[in-house]
Amino acid sequence: MSALTREETEALIQEVLEVYPEKAKKDRAKHLAVNDQSIEQSKKCITSNRKSLPGVMTIRGCAYAGSKGVVWGPIKDMIHISHGPVGCGQYSRAGRRNYYVGTTGVNTFGTMNFTSDFQEKDIVFGGDKKLAKLIGEIEQLFPLNKGISVQSECPIGLIGDDIEAVSKKAAAEFNKPVVPVRCEGFRGVSQSLGHHIANDAIRDWVLPRREGKAFEGTPYDVAVIGDYNIGGDAWSSRILLEEMGLRVVAQWSGDGTIAEMEKTPYVKVNLIHCYRSMNYIARHMEEKYSIPWMEYNFFGPTKVAESLRAIAALFDDKIKEGAERVIAKYQPLMQAVIDKYKPRLEGKRVMLYVGGLRPRHVIGAYEDLGMEVVGTGYEFGHNDDYDRTIKDMGNATLIYDDVTGFEFEEFVKRVKPDLVGSGIKEKFIFQKMGVPFRQMHSWDYSGPYHGYDGFAIFARDMDMTLNNPCWSKITAPWLKQAEPEAAKKAA
Amino acid sequence: MANIMVQRGSKTDYVFYLPKRDLEDDIVSMEFDTPEKWGGEIKLNNGGSYYIEPQAAPAKLPISLRAKRLDAAE
Repeated sequence: MSALTREETEALIQEVLEVYPEKAKKDRAKHLAVNDQSIEQSKKCITSNRKSLPGVMTIRGCAYAGSKGVVWGPIKDMIHISHGPVGCGQYSRAGRRNYYVGTTGVNTFGTMNFTSDFQEKDIVFGGDKKLAKLIGEIEQLFPLNKGISVQSECPIGLIGDDIEAVSKKAAAEFNKPVVPVRCEGFRGVSQSLGHHIANDAIRDWVLPRREGKAFEGTPYDVAVIGDYNIGGDAWSSRILLEEMGLRVVAQWSGDGTIAEMEKTPYVKVNLIHCYRSMNYIARHMEEKYSIPWMEYNFFGPTKVAESLRAIAALFDDKIKEGAERVIAKYQPLMQAVIDKYKPRLEGKRVMLYVGGLRPRHVIGAYEDLGMEVVGTGYEFGHNDDYDRTIKDMGNATLIYDDVTGFEFEEFVKRVKPDLVGSGIKEKFIFQKMGVPFRQMHSWDYSGPYHGYDGFAIFARDMDMTLNNPCWSKITAPWLKQAEPEAAKKAA
Repeated sequence: MANIMVQRGSKTDYVFYLPKRDLEDDIVSMEFDTPEKWGGEIKLNNGGSYYIEPQAAPAKLPISLRAKRLDAAE
């Protein structure tokens, strides 16, 4: 099917909006747009970071998800207490696949769930005593932890517990960082505010801890910020940086430790992959410690090469040569991957709906494979994300912010992409419709996708999904004809 | 009054950032822009305008400041 024209896409949006009541229609219309590359500012065509409408199916998370799940969770040698009822921590436990090295339960705690398991009496009488007791127990049972963070769930804010006081007391008692994070789920409109709160907590409680202490630096120190090591992403990025001669001091926060984070103020440049979740801390470090930061993109060989050169441009000739050497080394390998998969994937069309950076970052990787992204959208992006997206997307493509379940389904039915890339909540609807689907949050239990090594896996996975013969044989359950009686009897 | 951050920009001299609303925009004009007197009324690319108490130009950017909203866009 050929691509939709601008008029057709606009008509499609109008048609999808038709089912909503007047007020909802007016609100949702602001979040759906047809891309126009000539627009300088996204806010002229799309509204983002607004409260979701009650009654529609949104795919967003909460502030707790943004703080505990995204920013703090992957710091492996700290214990992150899900402070409040048991569910929030338990149902999100280890779901994000941010890999790490270490012995779980001894010196690393990434996949474990620590919770204060609030009961009725804790809501009535307050949970501060329980939290203090819990921290004491943690110290006894897991003495090798390097710190504790208290991730508030909704009730903590509602009953007004003073977790800061408990944390300060415990920190003094055990001589370890104990960080209270006010990331109650009801704050903000999506997980995005949780990222911000988590960044602020790091700024206030972690970064100042090593101020004025000795640090043996080199002129080539960098920190990788906003890479959560999903399926090993940070590792496949890190080796490229190290190969070109840089020293990666800290990984934020996939496979990261608190010691690395404390040392970050000594690096020369902060390299930001996930802009949405970690730009706050980068801005802070730029102001306070004069560390410049830059965004980079490690999806697909074109963007990797572009990013490596841009990073190298901040350093001396040695690093610039290093970057060229790395690019030259991987060039034939990447060409082999493209030669193998491009003929099988060329011309295929993709619709994306992911979180905070992938809706624009992976476009380059698809283009390297000859595929075209015909629709994209952010769960919790802000205006500055859309500013960056408009240039990357083709004209007359669909852009949707905080898309609802209904809208996304209708868009897919009409645009008929060859592949949909989104998360677990959308996966089964589209698979049952017979549309090839990849999870672009967790890489569908594969990965890594970052860097050169990641691209080979990315290409294989896309081919494996798209060219799987099963899709044409699927009839959606809701489209199946009633089985004939005879067949039932025979069975 | 709002906490804002002013930093160097690539397209314009200064970029405005309002963390509370995650608003990032170019500053298209600044009333005073000399080493002795810096600040005053600033106009943003999106049409909004803010007022920074005139002061000596900051030694380094980015800098966090308090600013008064005169006219917000949208």
